[in-house]
Amino acid sequence: MSLKNKAYIVGAYEHPTRDAAGIPLARLHAEVAAGALADAGLTIADVDGYFCGGDVAGWEAPGVGPFSIIEYLGLNLRHLDTTESWGSSYINHVAHAVQAIEAGKCRVALITQAGRPRADRKTPESDHQGQRQTAFEAPFELPYNAVVTNMYGMVAQRHMYEHGTTSEQLAWVKVAASHHAQHNPNAKLRDVVTVEDVVNSPSVSSPLRRLDCCIISDGGGALVVVHPDVAKSLDRPLITPTGAGFNVKHLNGGYFDILASGGVKSGAEAFAEAGVTPQDIQYASIYDSFTITVLVQLENLGFCEPGQGGRFVADGNLISGVGRLPVNTDGGGLCSNHPGNRGGMTKMIEAVRQLRGEAHPAVQVPDCHLALAHGTGGQLGGRHGSATLIMERV
Amino acid sequence: MTESKLPTSPVVTEDTAYFWQAANEGRLLLKHCLGSGQAFYPPREISPFTGLAKTEWRDACGRGTVYSFSVTQRHGSEHCIAYVQLVEGPIVLSALTDCDFDKVQIGQPVRVVFVATANGQLVPMFTPQKAK
Repeated sequence: MSLKNKAYIVGAYEHPTRDAAGIPLARLHAEVAAGALADAGLTIADVDGYFCGGDVAGWEAPGVGPFSIIEYLGLNLRHLDTTESWGSSYINHVAHAVQAIEAGKCRVALITQAGRPRADRKTPESDHQGQRQTAFEAPFELPYNAVVTNMYGMVAQRHMYEHGTTSEQLAWVKVAASHHAQHNPNAKLRDVVTVEDVVNSPSVSSPLRRLDCCIISDGGGALVVVHPDVAKSLDRPLITPTGAGFNVKHLNGGYFDILASGGVKSGAEAFAEAGVTPQDIQYASIYDSFTITVLVQLENLGFCEPGQGGRFVADGNLISGVGRLPVNTDGGGLCSNHPGNRGGMTKMIEAVRQLRGEAHPAVQVPDCHLALAHGTGGQLGGRHGSATLIMERV
Repeated sequence: MTESKLPTSPVVTEDTAYFWQAANEGRLLLKHCLGSGQAFYPPREISPFTGLAKTEWRDACGRGTVYSFSVTQRHGSEHCIAYVQLVEGPIVLSALTDCDFDKVQIGQPVRVVFVATANGQLVPMFTPQKAK
C-alpha cells in the first residue's frame, strides 16, 4: 500500500560548510536542525519526534549520544528512533518518520545528520574498524587489514570480470558528478573532469583510482517530516514519500553474490509500495561513495539489466539535460559533500530540491515530480544496509 | 622467529580457540552445519542456516579460487585483499601472499598458507597453486 499523502517532507537544509573546524558536532546538529525547521516555517518547540544515527554525538558516545544531542537541541519528545545503518540511515529514517506519524506517535519529525571527520582528522577506517573489535567476525577479518576502498574495489573487480565493465565506464560516474558540481558554489570539487583525468589518477585500491572515490567532508543536513494536518498549515511545497524499502545484506556464512547488494530487495519493495517503475523516475539520488557504488546500485534498483551498468552510465547518461537519468545533481559525494562519511542525508536533500524545482537552474529536471533516493550504508562488498525511498510532489 | 607480516593479531575467543590452535599447526578448519550439511565461514557455534548449535569442526582441504581481489599500496608496500571461494563452498575474506599481485586473476586456483601476526598467532592467507 502506498505511503502517498500519509506525511510530507516540508523542511530540508544542507549545511554549507565542508570544513567545520571550530564548530562542535552538537552545534552542527543544531545548525542543520534550525535550517530545516526555518525552511518548513516551524520552530524547535514544534518537534515531537527525533530521528538520528547511532553516531549522532560521535562514536565515542554510543548509547547515550542521542540523549546528549536531544538535550543540546532542547527537544521535548514523544518519539525517538536511532535506527543505525551507516550512511543509509537517514533515507530509512524518513520511512520510519512516516510510519511514526501514521501511528500517531509524533506529528513533527526532525531528522539530523552531521559529522566532522576533516576537523577531527579521522579516516573512514577509524570509523569502520575501530569499533568492530568485539564483533564475532573481527578475529577472522581484522588481521588482513582490508580498507574500505578494498571492499568496493573487489566489487568493481568482479563486475569487470563478469561483465567486461571498464575503468572508462566507471569514470563516467565521476565525470557526470563533476558536470553537476561546477554549478554548486558549496561543492568541495568544482572543476569539470574528463574520463582521461579519472583513469589517469593514482590507484587507490585496484581497480579504483583516486577520482573513483568520494571526498571526505564535514557538514551535515536535516529534514522535517510532518503530519498532513501540520503540512496544510504551512506554505510549503508538498513532497510525500510514496514507497520505501530497506534490506541488510550480509555474508550469509560465505555464500553470497558480491554484485547483488541489499538494493535488489530494498528497491523492489520501494517500487512495489509506490506503484511505479524505474522508468517512471525523473531524478535519482544514488549514494556515490565510489563510482562502482552508483553503477551497481543502478543495476540492482532495476534502472538497467544486471551487467549493463557500465553501458548505462557511459556517455553522459547521468548528466542532467544530457542523459536519460539525471543522478546526484548537486555533485554528490564524489564532488560536493560527504559529511561524516555518510551520504544518505545529502541524497535526500537534493531529491527534495529537485521535486521543489529548487535545484540549480543548470541541473534542474523540468517539471520534476517523481524522484528516488537510495543509499548503501556500510561496505558494498561486505555487510551493509540498503535504503530506498521514492518521493512525489503533489 | 618469522618476521610478522600482519600487525593485528586475532582476539581468540572461547568458541573459536580450536580454529586458532589448528592454524598454529598449519591446518585450516571449517565449521559445518549438521542440519544443512554446508560448511560456513566465519566460524561460530550457531549455524547461520538453521539457528541451531548443531555444528562441527572439520579439516578443510585448503584449496580454492580467487573470487575477487583488490591491491592497495600503503606505506611503500603492496597489499592484496581477496575473497577466496574454498573448495568446500564458502567465500572467505583473506589476503594473498608470495605472488606477483600484477598477475592475480579472478578464478585463479590458490592454496592456504599460514602467516604470523604480531603476537605469533598464525592466520590463514592464500597463494597461487603451482602449475602442474
